[in-house]
Order: sequence, then C-alpha cells, then structure tokens
Amino acid sequence: MRLKLSTLIAVLALSAAVGSATAQTVKIGVITTYSGPTAGQGDQLDKGFKLYLKLNGNKLPPGVKVEPIFRDDTGANPDAAKRVAQELIVRDKVQFLTGVVWTPNAAAIAPLTAEAHVPFIIANAAGWNIPRMSDYVARVSHTLPQSAYPLGKWAAKKFKRVYTVVADFAPGHEAEAAFIKGYKDAGGEIVGSARVPLANTDFIPYMQRVKDAKPNAIFAFNPGGKQATAQMKAFGDLELGKAGIKYIGTGDITADEELQNMGDAALGVLTVHHYSAAGDRPANKSFVAAYKKEYGEKLNPGYMAAVAWDAMDLIFHVIREQKGKIDPDKTMQLIRNYKNPDSPRGPIQIDPETRDIVQNEYLREVRKVNGQLANVELEIVETQYKDPWKEFNKAK
Amino acid sequence: MKHAGGYIADSRIRAIEWLPWAFALLCYYAAPSYLSLGSYILTMILFALSLDLILGYGGIITLGHSAYFGTGAYVAGIVAVRLTGEPLVGLLAGALAAGVLGLVTGMIILRTRGLALLMLTLAITSVCFEVANKATSLTGGADGLGGFSLLPILGLFRFDMFGKTAYLYCLAILFASWWLVRKLVYSPFGASLTGVRENNLRMHAVGAPVYQRLVASYTISATLAGLAGALLTQTTQFVGLNALGFQLSGELIVMLVLGGVGRIYGAFVGPLVYLVLQDYLAKRFPEYWYFGIGAMLVLVVLFARGGILGIIDAGILRLRRKS
Repeated sequence: MRLKLSTLIAVLALSAAVGSATAQTVKIGVITTYSGPTAGQGDQLDKGFKLYLKLNGNKLPPGVKVEPIFRDDTGANPDAAKRVAQELIVRDKVQFLTGVVWTPNAAAIAPLTAEAHVPFIIANAAGWNIPRMSDYVARVSHTLPQSAYPLGKWAAKKFKRVYTVVADFAPGHEAEAAFIKGYKDAGGEIVGSARVPLANTDFIPYMQRVKDAKPNAIFAFNPGGKQATAQMKAFGDLELGKAGIKYIGTGDITADEELQNMGDAALGVLTVHHYSAAGDRPANKSFVAAYKKEYGEKLNPGYMAAVAWDAMDLIFHVIREQKGKIDPDKTMQLIRNYKNPDSPRGPIQIDPETRDIVQNEYLREVRKVNGQLANVELEIVETQYKDPWKEFNKAK
Repeated sequence: MKHAGGYIADSRIRAIEWLPWAFALLCYYAAPSYLSLGSYILTMILFALSLDLILGYGGIITLGHSAYFGTGAYVAGIVAVRLTGEPLVGLLAGALAAGVLGLVTGMIILRTRGLALLMLTLAITSVCFEVANKATSLTGGADGLGGFSLLPILGLFRFDMFGKTAYLYCLAILFASWWLVRKLVYSPFGASLTGVRENNLRMHAVGAPVYQRLVASYTISATLAGLAGALLTQTTQFVGLNALGFQLSGELIVMLVLGGVGRIYGAFVGPLVYLVLQDYLAKRFPEYWYFGIGAMLVLVVLFARGGILGIIDAGILRLRRKS
C-alpha cells in the first residue's frame, strides 16, 4: 500500500510537471480607465483589446494560453495607477503590462517596470520621454510632436496668425511646443496661447478669448473623449467658423468615437494624426467592419481602439516568437525589431533605438461621407515618421 | 450613539485594543503579496483617524480634509525632490506644513458652524487644489510629482519593491499616532471636545474656551492628516493632484461612516473593509465595481447608521440580554 501511494504521488508530481511544461499561461496586465469622467477613453482601449483577443486570441503556439487581467486606474490618477501596476506585478506576476490612457499614470508606472523587468507596452499615454524612463517601456501609440510638429510646418503655409489652446498637462505642453516650433520656424505668428485645466469641461471662456484675438486659425489639443466634443461645441456655439477662424489640431480633437456627437460644427476641421476610421486601407476596412460587428453598426473605432489592437498584436507576436516562454530581455529585443506592414493605420514599426512608434502621419479633414461625419485622409504628410522631439532632445 | 473615550472612562488599554495590531502583524506574514494594498490601507486608517478626531469628537463636519492630506503629501514630495531623501525629515516637514495650514485655516473657518463651515472647508480644498495645479514648477501640476528616490529609513531600512519596509513604516507611524489620539480622547481635553459636540451653548455657559479647543483639535487633526499624506507620498514615491481632490475627502467620510464615527476603531474598520472590498470588486468587475461600492453604502446608511462597529455593538447587546 505504501508503495502504491508513493507511486501515485510520483505519477501525480510527474504529470503536474509535464502539465506545466506544456500548458503555458502568459499573463497580461491591462490597465485602463473604467470609472470617472474620462471612462470614455478607457472604454476605447478596452474595446480594442477585447476585439483582438476575441478574434485572434487562439493564434498562439499549441499549449500556450493568454490570460488578460483588466484593472481600473480611475482616470488621470498616477498613484492609483502605480498601485494597480505594482499589484499586477507582485501579486498576479504578470509578464506584460499594457494599456494606460494617461501620461501621468504611465510616467508613474515606468520606473516600476525598470525595477521588475516587466515589458510595458503603452497603448495610449503620449508623453514623449516616457520610454526613456525605463528600458522595459515600448510604445505603439504616438507622441504629440509626431502630429503637432508637421501640422505646424504645414499650417505656416496656410495661416498667418494662429492661437493655441491645449490641455494643461505634459502632452498638452508638448503639443503646444511642437506646433509652435514647426509653425514659427516656417514663419508663422502665434497671437496667443491658452492652457486649459485637464479636468475642465467648459471651453466657452477659452474659445471666446480666441475669437477676440481674431487669428486665422486655432490649434488645439485635448485628451479626446468628451472633452473633444465639449471643445468642438464651444467652437460651434461661438461661431468661430463664421468669424473666419479655422479649427486645426492633432487628431485627438476629432476622435472618431466622438465625432458623430460633435455635429456639423466639426465639418472642415483639419487635423494631423496616425489613424482614422475612414482610412481606406484594406486592413483598416476589415478592422472597422469587425469592430462594428462586435459593438454596433453606429460605433466607429477611435484611434485608441486601433492602437489597443496593435498593442495586443505586438504582444501576441512576441509570445509566438518565444513560444510562450517569456524572457523580459529577449522580449524587449523582439519588440525593438517589431514591424507590422499591415496595421489598420498603415505600416508601423518600433524604432529600435527609442522604443517608440514609427508610423505615417495623415492630414485629414472632417467631411460627410454617406451622411456620417468622417476624418477623411487627404494626404500623407510624413511617411514612416519618428518622434521629432527625440531628435531635437537627444539623450545625453 | 456610543462613543469611546471621555474624562471618566477608564483610560487603560483593554486587551481587545491590541487586536488590530496583532492582525496587522499577522497580515505582514500571511499576505506578503498584498503589502502595497496594506500600506495604503494603513495610510488611510491614519487619515480616517485624523478625521474622527474632529468629526467624531469635535463634531466639525468637513468635506475638505484632503487639503491637509494633500499638503502633507506634496510637501513630503517636494522635500524629497529638492532637499533630502531622508524619509523622516520629509514626514515631519509634511506633517508640520499641514499643521500650520490647519492652524491658520482653522482659526478662520471655525468661527462658523454647520453649512457655512462645510462650504468653507470645500473652498479651502479647492484653493489648495488649484494652487498645486498651477504651481507646476514645484508640484508638476496635473502630471504629478515623481522621479524622486528615498534614502533608507534611519539609514537602515531600504524601501523595496514588495512594500515590506513601507508596510512596517506605515504601521509604526500609525501606532504612534493612535497612541497620541487615544491619549487625547481620554484626556480632559477630549472630554471637552465631546462636550462641544453634544452641547455647544452649554460649554460656553460653563466657561470652556470652545473656539480655542476646536482650533487646537483641528490643528492636531490636520497634522495627522498631513502625516498620512506624507506617508502616501513616501510609500508610492509619487504625488498626484488627487491627493488634494474633493473626491478623496468624500471617500474618507464614507470610510469613516462605514466603520463607525467617534470611536477611534471605526477609523480602523472602515478603511479596511472599504478598500479590501474595493480591491476585490475592482479586480473581479473592472467595469462595474463602483456599483458594488454604491450598493454597500446604501445598505449601511439604511440599516446600520452606527457603521460596522455599530452592528457589532447591537449584536453584543442582544446576546447579553438573552443570557
């Protein structure tokens, strides 16, 4: 009997060992915003991730599974985000971190990833220097200078006087600085600059100030979502368009998921960005179709949903390459060489040096297509474009 | 409502009062992967304790206690960035700054009572929030203040990734503060505070210096709140604007009410239950966890006005009657 028992234990132990060798579960910690006034942006990331997992979740080597763990950071709330990230790393032992709408949150999380050696794939937070804070950070979204700088150069050819209005936090400051640099270097004149508190929802006073200054155009950046709609409505209500002021900015101000709520005030708004739901690439068409099938015919994916899709694709690529056995340093090496010629936003790749995204930047105009507002892509202003800010601010 | 403390009460520590500390130490060994949540809970307990002193004992209703918490948090952060990474210096500086702010603002707002007082506390928080939002060179504005590192505590204990040092550090500070609050509550000073809460006019009539007592308690409470804020900064090595937010003040009151007001240990039970539940719900239902929190609050307000400790009290009373 004793012999039997010990054999049984041995068999059990052996099968457990074999089991763990064949069934690899890769844990992915996803941090996004599910509560508070900015839950709309977080919802975009959530939808993008879940759509990818639903459609491609099984495209893994045999025996490898992915277990996503979704957590709420409650908005631009760095200490909550940091605590959630720490719990995901220490308690759940995740092998990847991804998500994160807000730059302050990502900046708080980045040092943790350096200490814990957990690859952190940022799916939105755009503050340009976050990848420099940790060797384990890579970003698939964008930086503000990537869109604002070329827009500034382009705007100088069209508009003599521009007023800038940006959200008062790091990405806003970066958008402002990059636009002004591009614009002034090309000979434009800035007539005024305003910074709007991040939590603000009433844009009337700021837009009135713009109207009084009588510029040819207003350059704006806001963190998308409901704020984009609020600012657009203020632009329309005060009739800035009729006063001859053109509304231009980064693609955040006409985010696709909010565009239908903005009304006709948005018609003619010019933006530079990396993604539009109206893009006519085949990869984008199938992405948008899948999105609509999953979430409803009337909903368009915004840039955050598209980027979340790409972030998951990058993670799956890295898992496949390593057959489910994740080594942090090898992972970062693979990420540095990641290329996707067929993303919904066109060809993308990770810059091996800065671990930031390289992508096309499109000039778009809001037009009516089949009765719906759409960010129609007019031209590619920059092809396979790196973050210009890192070129201007070389690491010492 | 039953309140702990008072001049005539026996001030010796009862055996059951050691229970929270034994439990906290047990958690340190039993749940090593929950220590960062643990540190946060200990910090919030300290914050709730500071509120209990003025709300539960002094009867000062405030929606602005995060002003002092945030001040302590930011001062500790700024000290770490600009002066020294020595944690105890930052901790004292944070507490002191919050105490001074508490004294100055307390002297102004405690001349009023009721709704006017409530509005003024809100106003002070809003002003502090906007100052921190605008003084970006010092506070980092909406991006928050981070990127500083702390020296080992007393040159001996380094803050580690798993939060072991942070947890014990919070526990030690909380223990010292609890000792102080308990002494205060059981002193004549504490009794006079209770008197003010129960019958303000009568305290005036017996010649008690009501205003001075309130300002003193408010200052002490603000100091403790600042201490809690500084602890949060040091354990997370980050300060964000939320530390000064109105939402935090509201959440704090919810936690305290959940535990039970005016009995010291309500401040221990409330944050523990609230935050553990929040952690569980946020993990289990990341999209809808606020619903669970809301439902729990409705239940507590409808059926358990005295908070969780109130329920336990009622239970014990019923058992005694039966036997």
